[in-house]
Amino acid sequence: MKARNLMKHGVLTAALAAMAIGACASADDVTLEFQQWWGVELPDGALQEIVDGFTEETGVKIDLLSNPYADTKTQISAGAATGTMADVVGLDGAWVYDFAKQGAIANLTELMTADGYDDSQLSDQIKWEGNTYMIPVVNFAYPLYVNLDILEEAGVSEIPTTWTEFLEACDAIASNTDKAAYAIPLNTEAPNGIQNQFSTWLWASGGSLMTDGKPALTDNESLVAVIDLFKQMKDNGYLSDGAEAMKEQDMVNEFENGRLAFMVDGISHLTTIKTESPDLNFTYAPMPVQDGYEGESGMDVANWGIGIAENCEHKEEAMKFVEYMMSPEVNAKLAELANAFPGNSTAEPDYSANDELFLTAYEIFQSGYAINEFTGAPTAEDLMRSMNEQLILYFDGDTESVDDMLAATQEAWEAAYN
Amino acid sequence: MKNKAVLKKKLTPYGYLLPTIILMLILLVIPIVMVIGYSLFDNVIANKNPVFVGLENYKTVLTDKEFWTAVSHTLFFVIVSIIVHMIIGMTFALILNTRYLGSKTKGIFRVIYALPWMFTASVIAILWRMMLDPNGVLNYFILLFHISEEKITFLASRDIALQSVTLINIWSGYPFYMISILAGLQGISPDLYEACSLDGANTIQSFFGITIPQLKPILISLLMLDFVWTLQQFALIWMTTGGGPVNATETISTWIYKQGFTKYQYSMASTGAVLLLIVCSIIGVFYVRHQRSEE
Repeated sequence: MKARNLMKHGVLTAALAAMAIGACASADDVTLEFQQWWGVELPDGALQEIVDGFTEETGVKIDLLSNPYADTKTQISAGAATGTMADVVGLDGAWVYDFAKQGAIANLTELMTADGYDDSQLSDQIKWEGNTYMIPVVNFAYPLYVNLDILEEAGVSEIPTTWTEFLEACDAIASNTDKAAYAIPLNTEAPNGIQNQFSTWLWASGGSLMTDGKPALTDNESLVAVIDLFKQMKDNGYLSDGAEAMKEQDMVNEFENGRLAFMVDGISHLTTIKTESPDLNFTYAPMPVQDGYEGESGMDVANWGIGIAENCEHKEEAMKFVEYMMSPEVNAKLAELANAFPGNSTAEPDYSANDELFLTAYEIFQSGYAINEFTGAPTAEDLMRSMNEQLILYFDGDTESVDDMLAATQEAWEAAYN
Repeated sequence: MKNKAVLKKKLTPYGYLLPTIILMLILLVIPIVMVIGYSLFDNVIANKNPVFVGLENYKTVLTDKEFWTAVSHTLFFVIVSIIVHMIIGMTFALILNTRYLGSKTKGIFRVIYALPWMFTASVIAILWRMMLDPNGVLNYFILLFHISEEKITFLASRDIALQSVTLINIWSGYPFYMISILAGLQGISPDLYEACSLDGANTIQSFFGITIPQLKPILISLLMLDFVWTLQQFALIWMTTGGGPVNATETISTWIYKQGFTKYQYSMASTGAVLLLIVCSIIGVFYVRHQRSEE
């Protein structure tokens, strides 16, 4: 009996001690997993150095899970489905709607309010049903890349600024060189060619795919004009061959190898292109606009966003980490390293060490406004894919008219919104 | 006491099996049961309160035109792949088994022929994407030898994309047949061929009279295994064409992936997966029965 009592007391004491230790657990005991694709795209060790700064400040350890973009998306999707998402996740604006709707990512509005965080310094916030679920950490603009040597070979003296000038330049390139004028990657695996290489023409001329946040593809004159522009490019042989199986990386390879005169691509590829093709004579230019358009141009942006998993057990610490990443100094450093523009409007990156071309892109970016209508859209990738398919059917003549093509796309998009 | 000993004796084998049973439960049974369960709800995961809909998802999938397009593409992909795998595998195995080649030559060709099997799906996809590119090496030779006056867009044309992807799969899969058949050929007694030759049979007669009957168990096993593996092929198709252009190379596996990971319709994806599981299980049952009959 005595022995049993002794054992009972022992167990009780041990349990209380364990609880006390748990209650006293400091930030030093917390490790947050941070899953993203940024580490792969930044210089070696740069992201680790940045997150180490947070550990020094707070004692909270950050375990980086860095994988290429496509793998990260699959892993985060799987984590969202099974409730095993990493504590803090790198997000693309195109994923936010679906993960927020699933309840896989945490409501950042609540966390910011609880922590007393001043969100007025954030340049943008991606919301669902009025609450923030993703904060863009850095933004990447998508300007027009121009191979100056091909233009010279083709006898084009000025970089085109309007669609007519652009088509004339394309014609000169097709007639006088064996190079392609423009490329649109339409591989269905990653259909973001619709966003970056197609819609960017629409946005640059003040057009839009949506009205009041809902698809507005039919009776959309600006969109019809862009499709006509691409149909002309396709029919006249201005586009790179094999667009239907082309991925964005293939397009970049074509440009790097001097076989492509114009491409729309993120400035994040600037360092890679400069390293892999040091002799390539290229520059950035604003997107050509529809003839007669004199308004401000929208520039396609993609972002590295950040969010917190709903299943995260240390949301308070995770929010502190997000705030650290968005702090003016850290955000500026990340922007410098990534060749990107900061997500914190008060950050002042020192781009003096960046390439001169980057500054050109920055000027172009500042002359217009940032836009990406796929950010925060439901099943954004699937929206792009359905438009991608309809565009190919129209190119191939299977769909008779632009109106039919747009009606079919509108129907597919509406299904996602309903 | 005696009963205890008997019970212990009876339970001991199950104790040894327990680790495997637990692993199979966690890695096989539970996921399968969960996926079957998912297929019976309106939409799981994305919907926090899914509603039981019985076989409604099966009705939707089986009346979906896109699903049947994927089924027809899958059948083409699988049937052509396994037939050509068999022909190429058999041919190369016979070449490597011939007595007319020296052992060094055989060794070199063994390595060359088996090479595609050494690569992962991603390497194969990148390699073939580069070769089949409009500016790739294949088009260079096509233009050089005037086989066509224009570049052929192998993966970008809706007319030939499925055939191109099937070609890549054939290239990547024939070494399995070759190595298995070669092992089978080396197990056939030379006495049989000698007896056949004394009876006046020519090479073709001895091939169909001796080689094929002797290899039959291996060939049937290979066909069934390859059918199941090719039916599930995803990585190669996804990394080359993503199921496109439009839906020209859409197979059941890419259809399931899109339902799950881009449309977030996990119940529909689960339904497609269960249908695929049923087909694979039927083949699996035949395979096991065939293996048992051989024993």
